[in-house]
Parts: sequence; C-alpha cells; structure tokens
Amino acid sequence: MNGIHDMGGMHGMGPIEYDKHEPVFHEPWEGRVFALTVAMGSWRKWNIDASRHGVERIPPAEYLRMSYYEKWLTRLMGLLLERGLVTSAEMVGGRPAPDAPKATPPLTAAQVAETLGKGGPYTRDVPAVARFQPGQPVRARNLNPAGHTRLPRYVRGRLGAIARDHGVYVFPDSNARFQGENPQHLYSVRFAARELWGGEASPRDSVYLDLWDDYLEPA
Amino acid sequence: MSPAIPRGYNDSTMAPHNHKHDHDHGQDLPSDLALRVKALESLLVEKGLVDPAALDALIDTYEHKVGPRNGARVVARAWVDPAYKQRLLANGTAAIAELGYMGRQGEHMVVVENTPKVHNMVVCTLCSCYPWTVLGLPPVWYKSAPYRSRAVIDPRGVLREFGLDVVDDVEVRVWDSTAEIRYLVLPERPAGTERLTEEQLAALVTRDAMVGVARVGVPA
Repeated sequence: MNGIHDMGGMHGMGPIEYDKHEPVFHEPWEGRVFALTVAMGSWRKWNIDASRHGVERIPPAEYLRMSYYEKWLTRLMGLLLERGLVTSAEMVGGRPAPDAPKATPPLTAAQVAETLGKGGPYTRDVPAVARFQPGQPVRARNLNPAGHTRLPRYVRGRLGAIARDHGVYVFPDSNARFQGENPQHLYSVRFAARELWGGEASPRDSVYLDLWDDYLEPA
Repeated sequence: MSPAIPRGYNDSTMAPHNHKHDHDHGQDLPSDLALRVKALESLLVEKGLVDPAALDALIDTYEHKVGPRNGARVVARAWVDPAYKQRLLANGTAAIAELGYMGRQGEHMVVVENTPKVHNMVVCTLCSCYPWTVLGLPPVWYKSAPYRSRAVIDPRGVLREFGLDVVDDVEVRVWDSTAEIRYLVLPERPAGTERLTEEQLAALVTRDAMVGVARVGVPA
C-alpha cells in the first residue's frame, strides 16, 4: 500500500534524535508489548508479513504520532481480534468470555531460548526459475497494490542491476493476505543514486534493495 | 470515548479497559498505555494464551543477553582471522552461527565490508528490520522517520549528522532491508591496533559502526 510507512526519500521529518544512553525498553510496558507480540506469534495465527501490514494499516497521522511500541500495541490488538484469538467483547470487558475454552499450551519460559534460537527461516526448498541473473539490468515494476508490498515507491519504474541472487524466499504480498507463500527468487538489486534521485546525487553512490522476481521486469 | 485503535484500522475494536476519566484520546498519556498493556496482558493470561514467565524471559533475553556485543565479537574475529573473514563475507549466516549467534531476525545474514574505497550503511525504510542476533533490538533513531526517510536520498548528509564525513571519492552503499535478509557492516579495523587481543578489539566495536553510521575509533 502507498502508506506513510514507505518513507524512503521523504523530506521534512526533522533531525535524527540520538540518545547516547538509550535503554532497550524506555518503560516496562514497552518490554511487555514486545514480549506479548513475540509470545502471541508462537500461536502461528499470523505471519511476519501480516504482522508488518498490521503496522502499515495504522492511519498516517496516528502512525507519525505514535511511539514505536504504541504502534506494536495497536497492531497486536488488531491481529488478536482479526485472527479470532480475542473477541471484541473480551477486549472491551478485559475478561475472557464465560464460555471461552482455555487455550493451551502457551509459549513457556523454558521454550523461549530454543524458539528464538531456531527463528523462522523464510527460504523455501522448492523449484523456482530465476528470471534474472547477476549483472543483468532490470527495472522495478510500477506496481501500486493496495495491500502489503515490500517494493518501496522510490524504486518503482527505476533501472537497476541484479547484484546477487539470494535464493528462493516467501513472497510477502501474498503471504500477508494468507493467500499462500508463492516462493520465488529474491535478488539484491543495485540502483545508482543518480537513477533514483537525479543529477544532484553523488555519481558514486548507490542503494541496494532486496526485491522478488514479481517486482522486476527485464530492462 | 473513542476506540483505542484508530478508525480505519478496525472499527470494532476498543480499549481493553473502562475509562473512568475524560481526556483527548488522540493523545494517550503514557500512563494510559501502561494500563492498557497491563489489561491486555491479564486478559491474555486469563485466556491461557500467554505465560507471564515467558514474557519475563523474552524481555531478559533482549535486555541482558542478545545485543551488540555479539556483533562486536563477530567483527573482532574477522579482524584477527582472515579465513573466518572470508567465510563471513561468503556466507554470513553460517559464519555468525560458528560463534553461536543464530535465530530470530538473523536467519539470513549478509555481511558487507567497509574498505578505504567503500562505505556501507544499513536502513529499513519500510519498518524497522535489524539483525537482532548480532545487534539486539534497534535504537529509536534507527526506527524513526528522520533516519528512515533520509538514509537513502541523502546518506552523506545523514552520516555528517552522526559526525562522519565521507570524502567524495569513497563510494557510499546504502542497504535498504526490504526483505528477510539482515545486514551487518564489517567496519574497518583502526590503525594502531595490531597488538590488541581479539577481546580488546571487540571492546572497541560499537553498534553504530556495525550499522554503518560510525567508524571504529582508535583506542585512547
């Protein structure tokens, strides 16, 4: 979606605010939201792409106003409701419905290290034809899907070159909609800074993005 | 009373607590957020969906166990062991796993090397993608609009804001983390560190240098 989250190249966001002695979590509730989000993810009722889209769907003015973990809280509440883990009545009342079955088993403390250590690889061992080869010039397609995508606006229609083929990865656009993983080749694509930003940009500099087959066309 | 989740996101949602007071909900007070999170946690615990001890363990992991010291050990090893450095640049995930760092948000690692001719810096313009296994959770500036918006259009200006002047004949490469590949910058080893041990070298390596917004300084 052409949302506020797609910020690459925007002006007017102000100076970078650097905190030299920044804690991992500024308030205890931030840590709780972080941990709740990770723990609830282990029920596998959503995937990383649906989760990212949950943040993207926060309306632009709210997105800019909210702190990072307030966005996470908003996203978590939305996903819990949409994926049927919590009902609206339960959210409002703060209590489980009287007839709600007790879910079991949740992620335990003993499982945390193993779960984090394993992670969740996004490569898929399925045959997929690489449409492009390293060195090949490519153009990022001019796509404007209303749903989730990882093709930023600032490269759409721009000319780049394949720097590396990462292999076959889950495709976020379909995965975020729970419409299948649609695994396909993912490439590191180099774009010259001048191609993206015009003649004022440094002639030496470049931006590399990781883009899937479906985001690219031959140039 | 307005819903806790902004309109347009999900119209049927409301705060998991009953408001007893009036204020502008366009601007929740921090104490309100703490209360909302507490209410949500107790609801999820009561429903059997969450074990509070697991939350404690998750928080403890990223507050005390997983952070930039991991990445610093990777960098220091690469500085002292050329064969390791070669493996690290060829297959970041496997070489980093040799030191025991793997898993969540580090499943697919690529390491990019700074040289006298090339300066690398990492951003996620679309959200906050960051290599958790080697750097821990990202700082606020990395996740915020100013860095995300400008890193790709004005990397040299951003680096100057961090106090880093990159001369014109050095190429700047910006890595926008648009997929599940996570990037770690291998900074240049500072001159005058030939006699330092691997452990002493690791102590010099900062988070910012591994994101590519700083150099590793010479020891005093």
